[in-house]
Amino acid sequence: MAKKKPKLAVWKFASCDGCQLSLLDCEDELLAIAGAIDIAYFPEATKAEVKGPYDISLVEGSITTPHDAERIHHIRRASSVLITIGACATAGGIQALRNYKNVHEFTSIVYAHPEYIHTLSKSTPIDDHVFVDFELRGCPINKYQLIEVISAFLFGRKPNIPNYSLCMECKRKGLPCVMVAHGTPCMGPITQAGCGAICPSYNRGCYSCFGPKEAPNTISLSEWWYEELGVMREDLVRAFRTFNAYAEPYRKESEAHERK
Amino acid sequence: MLNRIERKVRPMKGSKILKVNYLARVEGEGSLYLRIKNGQVVDAKLKIFEPPRFFEAFLRGRRYSEAPDITARICGICPIAYQMSSVHAMEDAFGVKVGGQLRALRRLLYCGEWIESHVLHVAMLHAPDFLGYDDAIRMAQDYPDQVQMALRLKKIGNELVTLLGGREIHPINVKVGGFYKTPSKAQLMEFRKSLEWGLQAASDLTKWVATLDIPKFEQDYEFVALSHPEEYPLNEGRLVSNKGLDIDISQYDEYFEEEHVEHSNALHSVLRGQDSYHVGPLARINLNFEKLTPQALKVAREVQFKPVCRNPFMSIVARGIETVFAVEEAIRIIDQYEEPERPAIEIKPKAGVGYGCTEAPRGILYHRYRVDDKGIIQSAKIVPPTAQNQKTIEKDLWHFASEYIQLDEKELTWKCEQAIRNYDPCISCATHFLRVHIEREDGQ
Repeated sequence: MAKKKPKLAVWKFASCDGCQLSLLDCEDELLAIAGAIDIAYFPEATKAEVKGPYDISLVEGSITTPHDAERIHHIRRASSVLITIGACATAGGIQALRNYKNVHEFTSIVYAHPEYIHTLSKSTPIDDHVFVDFELRGCPINKYQLIEVISAFLFGRKPNIPNYSLCMECKRKGLPCVMVAHGTPCMGPITQAGCGAICPSYNRGCYSCFGPKEAPNTISLSEWWYEELGVMREDLVRAFRTFNAYAEPYRKESEAHERK
Repeated sequence: MLNRIERKVRPMKGSKILKVNYLARVEGEGSLYLRIKNGQVVDAKLKIFEPPRFFEAFLRGRRYSEAPDITARICGICPIAYQMSSVHAMEDAFGVKVGGQLRALRRLLYCGEWIESHVLHVAMLHAPDFLGYDDAIRMAQDYPDQVQMALRLKKIGNELVTLLGGREIHPINVKVGGFYKTPSKAQLMEFRKSLEWGLQAASDLTKWVATLDIPKFEQDYEFVALSHPEEYPLNEGRLVSNKGLDIDISQYDEYFEEEHVEHSNALHSVLRGQDSYHVGPLARINLNFEKLTPQALKVAREVQFKPVCRNPFMSIVARGIETVFAVEEAIRIIDQYEEPERPAIEIKPKAGVGYGCTEAPRGILYHRYRVDDKGIIQSAKIVPPTAQNQKTIEKDLWHFASEYIQLDEKELTWKCEQAIRNYDPCISCATHFLRVHIEREDGQ
């Protein structure tokens, strides 16, 4: 008898759909992936739905509503392995900017009838709510890293996803440092590698869409930006408050500059 | 909870509720609610439950230069559209205009997004509806050549976005004033070879979708799109309609308004004092048919597409024709490309209000920003195409379900979902959210 194919489910919370789209953007690999695994639940791509439990669940998006805070527990119970994909799921996403403000004011800025809107005061990452087996970073994720993570879990090995800084990728590509050579503020030294140093390749400083690397020295980078590059405190706050604004190191660093 | 389709039989004699709670093959989370009483549709709602993310609110206090990167995150499928509308709005506020090769490169980048987004929808999300498959992967078992060709064509769109933007989703190379880095002529000429194949593939794909069984259904829409005197619209033009609208984009707020309704986390747009309107590929092609490029026009004639086409199910063909256009236009831009001296023009912020309206794959995307003299955003307004189409989608459902009421539940649900997908709704955009939910009270 043929071995049963492992079941994959893709779930969405508050997000832009870009990370799950990465799977559909694997144009060369998509039909092969569909051959190796059973895409059991993936509403962006298919109407078909296979009941759980699932071998692997990919979770995109952050928790922002009371209903979603419940839903994630059902998904965890139905999944052997739960992998979060992208900055929304791993750090709360750009919508976590509300965490620094009063969400009710936000609702009234966007909507005429705030009473119709059911939302939590904070946007939080999935691992604030349930156990997560692996977090894949990025805004958006790198699709080749996604294939690596899925393959690793299917074969029961550790995913080969580096947690060193973006600078390593930059050096390997032979790019001159944009900060040293051009005085361009760059978050590369504190940012987890994974994108392939795209921004520096385009003469631009990294804006940390992959979030903080392991043990980032945010203080040292901020001081360099402030003293050597003349970046204002308010812009330091903005730099740390983008797509990974609620990741702990960035939260602390941005609050430090807000106080100064 | 995990089930997308939920059927309940009411205990009351002769009445029934049918629900589909989570629409598939759309971007984001939404549902349809249809109530049928004595063989008549009495209510049709497109419900959007995608959680709100409050972009307009948190843009306040951010720098003008951050708008393209932040607003791109509204949508992973059409980030270029957000980047283009925001940069044009900021440039408008500061009184500068980006011209020449930088303008052409922006058009080229947008062509990449149109190819990628249109082919994704035509082949992967919509065609399975016409042929009775759950998805493109299952469809690929019977139509391997078409699916493989579409995947390769979609990839070409993504490669073009990556070449100019750094990556396919949330590209990093767009800035107010131009780009961080511009490509070399040699890079573009190398890529041109893929586009030559793409032109044939896009034409073949369009001819194939034109052979699908297109439901008969017409509505007297007000089509709204940009119109430009010299070219098929992407980034610039006046806002026009088939019913006499002809305004500058800065007059948008005078002519359009947004309503907040209880069943949706997206705001409904209407023409002030009038009603719903239709944006997207069908509106664009109806209003700009003669501006299509030669091969796109040739394909349109071969598949007998004639403006004004009022059948929303023909949008799949319109998307195909626009894909041919986008490939052809990309080739033209590459042929005429000369490397610009600087990747961007200089920007000096000043206080003011700026307007941007560009043609996202799904229709017009309007941005308005008020910035202070330091370039800090004071207020932002963003009206995505799906929010503008939402009311039109509900009306389509109402009229379509009324015309096809004799169909059984399964068939009617399928066709209603298909009717929603005519608009390639991007719910993530619309909330900056869809479910199908049919309620029958006649026991049919």
